[in-house]
Amino acid sequence: MAVTILIPTPLRPFVDGRGVLQLEATSVGELLERLTVEHDALRPHLFADDGRLRSFVNVYVNDRDIRQLSQKETPVRPGDTVSIVPSIAGGTAVATELPKLSHEEILRYSRHLILPQVGPAGQRKLKAARVLLVGAGGLGSPAALYLAAAGVGTLGLVDFDVVDKTNLQRQILHGTSKIGTSKLESAKERIHDINPNVRTETFETRLTSENALAILREFDVVADGTDNFPTRYLVNDACVLLGKPNVYGSIFRFEGQASVFYAKEGPCYRCLYAEPPPPGLVPSCAEGGVLGVLPGIIGSIQALEALKLILGAGESLIGRLLLFDALRLQFRELRLEKDPACPVCGGNPTVTELIDYEAFCGIGAAPAYAGPEISASQLAAEWKRNSALVVVDVREPHEREIAHIEGTTLIPLSELPGRLGELDGHAEIVTHCHHGVRSMKALEILRAAGFGKVRSLQGGIDAWSVTVDPDVPRY
Amino acid sequence: MTLVLEPRHRDAMRRHGEADYPREACGLIGGTAEDGRKIAVSLVPLRNARTDALRNRYLIDPDAFRRAQDTLERDGLEVIGVYHSHPDHPPVPSAFDRDHAWPWLSYVIVEVRGGRAGEHKSWVLADDRGAFGEETIWQSRS
Repeated sequence: MAVTILIPTPLRPFVDGRGVLQLEATSVGELLERLTVEHDALRPHLFADDGRLRSFVNVYVNDRDIRQLSQKETPVRPGDTVSIVPSIAGGTAVATELPKLSHEEILRYSRHLILPQVGPAGQRKLKAARVLLVGAGGLGSPAALYLAAAGVGTLGLVDFDVVDKTNLQRQILHGTSKIGTSKLESAKERIHDINPNVRTETFETRLTSENALAILREFDVVADGTDNFPTRYLVNDACVLLGKPNVYGSIFRFEGQASVFYAKEGPCYRCLYAEPPPPGLVPSCAEGGVLGVLPGIIGSIQALEALKLILGAGESLIGRLLLFDALRLQFRELRLEKDPACPVCGGNPTVTELIDYEAFCGIGAAPAYAGPEISASQLAAEWKRNSALVVVDVREPHEREIAHIEGTTLIPLSELPGRLGELDGHAEIVTHCHHGVRSMKALEILRAAGFGKVRSLQGGIDAWSVTVDPDVPRY
Repeated sequence: MTLVLEPRHRDAMRRHGEADYPREACGLIGGTAEDGRKIAVSLVPLRNARTDALRNRYLIDPDAFRRAQDTLERDGLEVIGVYHSHPDHPPVPSAFDRDHAWPWLSYVIVEVRGGRAGEHKSWVLADDRGAFGEETIWQSRS
């Protein structure tokens, strides 16, 4: 039995029109040599003048690319199938000229055009540029507004959320009239109103390991405006794998951070934070709050850095972490070094493709604080039957001022370990907070202290307001 | 050889070039070959796999080629050509196109200027790889 060779259509005229040939050989190199000896006219199409296989000729042995095996030394056995598969490349001769500016654009960008660091050449670079914003929320809002106004030719937006009333305190891309509509629709309308020259490309999806490379690949610069660790690591790794700069920003309460992670020229996010924090340790903005102006400042810095990367102007934040404290009004700067052992951008990377980031960040696998939960409606029903039920509010006093459930006892989570004596060890206890995260931690503390009958209110006071008592305001 | 295209193929290639402007659009042409003619039956639009220089380069990777080839073969068709767009450039192959070309296949190039599709031409590589020759496109009525 010989080795079967599958010939693609463009090469068939050189092998008497046949699509399948049989030849004897022990290696791929020998097989191709025999093939081209028998069919001499085939040689220039498979091999370059230096005798090497042409870059656009791909050879597979039973569905495996010989580049991942032993190249021409890859052994073949009788019964194997060797396929020659084209990759097809081409394109215009020279780099396409930058797009020209219309009279309308010249007028619109006149304050840019008179800056020597931008000028007409820089403005045309902006017009040719493609920037992707991951997240059309707090950080993405000012970034999208300023990048659109500045004349970035194509803005990509990834988001899957709808506009919610609680967004409006900081997400200035969206207005009250857009509550309940898709953030991307709202963003598109606002962007085109600011600058109709901007093309928008919207991706109404959660960014995942499956779609991230295909989406990010099409853009020159990526701005990360996400609010969770799995997506942040995903954006970082995808940018490193694709060789794209990642303009990073993050915010919490009154503090923000910004940097540019660009593995080709400096450190990446993993060089700074090799491991994510344990789940639940770092509260999200929904749990911890955020001053509305803060994303305005950090998101604007991201827009600025994206523009500088495109223009090649000034000194970028590559290798520097900017820390902003809004209450003190203080900017600080940390030097960042590239980690030679970084698992994704170091010398011997162990992350060479996108992974499961939810699992990496410990989400979904095993919750850090597991325990029995009770739904709001169930609690209402049990409380009615059993007035001895103790419901402990573990939020902060200033949160209780916003909204509280009548009949609950306030013991903030931070004070709970020192105030256990105030609770009856035999009573049925339900802990509650805003959304049900801190109350799980409280449950853990109580159980460790020997309290047997503790449950946590699922969804917190928010769920209570939605399903039991609409007189309790949501926040 | 002559390439036989239906108006719907021409329109689809033009639309793909316009939609992806200013990036290069690319795809494969499936059909049959007989009596010195390549007859287009269906187009397989593909994503340009280049991660850089999308405005002046295109790449159809071997996996995409294989998938397209398998799909076409199920319908009794084969890959008879490739189409791509030249954003803001005439529909003439570049030296880069020639260096990377496969023989026999029809290389249809659609000029897209300022986002509007213009002229299109088809080219075939000489068997000695020396030059691209323009190929007659025969517009069928169906």
